[in-house]
Amino acid sequence: MRFIFKTDYGQDIDLARHGGHVFWYGALLALLLAAPWLFADYWLAQLTFVLIYSIVGLGLMLLAGFTGLFSIGHAAFLGVGAYAEAVFVNMGLPFPVALVLAGALAAAVGVVVGLPALRVKGIYLGIATLSFGFIVEEVLARWESVTRGNTGMHVGAPDLFGFKLDTGASFYFLCLAITIAATLAILNLLRSPTGRAFVAIRDSEISAQSMGIHLARYKTLSFALSAALAGVGGALYAHKLSFISPDQFGILQSIDLLLMVVIGGLGSVHGAFLGAIFLISMPQVIALSKDWLPAAVGQAPGLQAMVYGTVLIAFVLFEPLGLYGRWLKVRTWLQLFPFYRRGMFRRQKSFQKSERVR
Amino acid sequence: MQFLQLLISGVAQGCIYGLIALGFVLIYKGTETVSFAQGELMMLGAFGGLAAMTFLGFPFWAAVISALAAMAAFGVLLERIVVRPILGQPAFSIVMLTIGIGYVTRGLITMLPGIGTETHTLPVPYKDQIWHVGALVLNVEQMAVIGATATLCLLLFAVFRYSKIGIAMQAASQNQLAAYYMGIPVKQLNGLVWGLAAGVAAVAGLLLAPITFVHANMGFIGLKAFPAAVVGGFGSLPGAIVGGLVIGIVESLSGFYLPQGFKDTAAYIVVLLMLMVKPNGLFGERTAKKV
Repeated sequence: MRFIFKTDYGQDIDLARHGGHVFWYGALLALLLAAPWLFADYWLAQLTFVLIYSIVGLGLMLLAGFTGLFSIGHAAFLGVGAYAEAVFVNMGLPFPVALVLAGALAAAVGVVVGLPALRVKGIYLGIATLSFGFIVEEVLARWESVTRGNTGMHVGAPDLFGFKLDTGASFYFLCLAITIAATLAILNLLRSPTGRAFVAIRDSEISAQSMGIHLARYKTLSFALSAALAGVGGALYAHKLSFISPDQFGILQSIDLLLMVVIGGLGSVHGAFLGAIFLISMPQVIALSKDWLPAAVGQAPGLQAMVYGTVLIAFVLFEPLGLYGRWLKVRTWLQLFPFYRRGMFRRQKSFQKSERVR
Repeated sequence: MQFLQLLISGVAQGCIYGLIALGFVLIYKGTETVSFAQGELMMLGAFGGLAAMTFLGFPFWAAVISALAAMAAFGVLLERIVVRPILGQPAFSIVMLTIGIGYVTRGLITMLPGIGTETHTLPVPYKDQIWHVGALVLNVEQMAVIGATATLCLLLFAVFRYSKIGIAMQAASQNQLAAYYMGIPVKQLNGLVWGLAAGVAAVAGLLLAPITFVHANMGFIGLKAFPAAVVGGFGSLPGAIVGGLVIGIVESLSGFYLPQGFKDTAAYIVVLLMLMVKPNGLFGERTAKKV
């Protein structure tokens, strides 16, 4: 067990609480920086996807995990960002400008979606975002003069101040830099008054409102920030795949994103990263295990959907806080070593509360 | 005449949406949870009918009844095993849970060797028959959808109005705790509601199957039933059917009169407009929060 002896007010707002944090996150950063020299190209590409999905996951985590607004159409923002980036880069805008514009455009779309969110909540919001996701997918497929419809679009390698980032390693470093910047921004946002307002809205809208939080403004802001991160993630996604088509941004992608934050652990920044690792590594694990399974199971096309579904059900039933929640329990067990009791993290049962008759 | 023709096919499609939406609303009213697996339950019902008719060689009516019974039992089982343990958790965990159930169901059906990846036709006795009424050409498959939906609605109405179990379900849906204090076995009722919803979904699947074929991804039509449920007002049973009809008709008309692309998104545009104008839906209950 570690007790932090605070001798300075600055310690209250330090991002790294103690030496252990500094050491382990430093080690992680060193590993990530050394990755291009340690891993083969294929695994580096997968790591790049993990970083890209982490950026999107951070955005969705801010919205779903910290503001309590669930979006079942988040792939739409990803799509807006990806297509905006593709169009702007093909128009000849420099990469940094295109990236910022892609994020800004996605944020603007997020504000538009956030507006109905001010009137509806709970499952209605889910359905509103779901509908919006479908509409965006259809627009991307039909607006052929800009998006070239279902034939898809090619996106070249990004050009950063004259350096062509066309190798796996250089693009990886770009993604790493943006991921670190996004993570620090989210961490700092969450301990600012704005972040605390988001959490207050998640826990109770009425008490947040009574504390003087402007619900409309903060909910829209949360949608905008979340969409902007998804847009930036989408832009990087477009460069990484170098080919985008509307069906990559459909309902299945939205559900994958949601699955990512739920399995990672709602309400924790770590969760976004753990979820992204899960989402990218799962198909690899399934592909590897195919050789070990009998052909009737291993070669079946529905295996991945079934595994995803089973894992999701298992997490909702047994570990609602996700992978991060499981890690917290392991850590507590280690810290308290002989004294860990079962039931320290027991969930409270409550009678089902009606959302209709309030 | 063409307009009438479009209207009828819209109504038939709308009835399917309405039936799936009815399942959502039953579960939502009964147990305060939203099931995203309703479309997959419908798909499972269609496959159940297919299995009974082609592999087991049952006659039509026996196949229909056995598929319904099997699906109802499956619904009860599902509630008991996976849904009940997390009752009382935030609504969103149940949404994710039902998405998971949908994934597993779809994955398992796809994994059936030789069956899951194919599309099948359901050999119903009224396949490809056509009635001529005046200048109208009526597809018997669509008429069967409309007729069966109307019958099912009357049946459900009677159950909720006159039977003890129906009234108990209404009570539980208004206030679970109070219903529990009155001696209503709320937990068993929740199981029954899931069984009923799965049965209704199976009916929808069996009715839809002759029109679109049976395949593993037919459950995605369930996503269009959400707009139906919202347009009708999420907590209202007649609203679900009316919402389904509205969506079906709008979709059918916009497919003909509006440019390409509007047919697939019509349902979602309607629901977004509805949420902006009247979030509680056509038949929704007015709610106000007391602090």
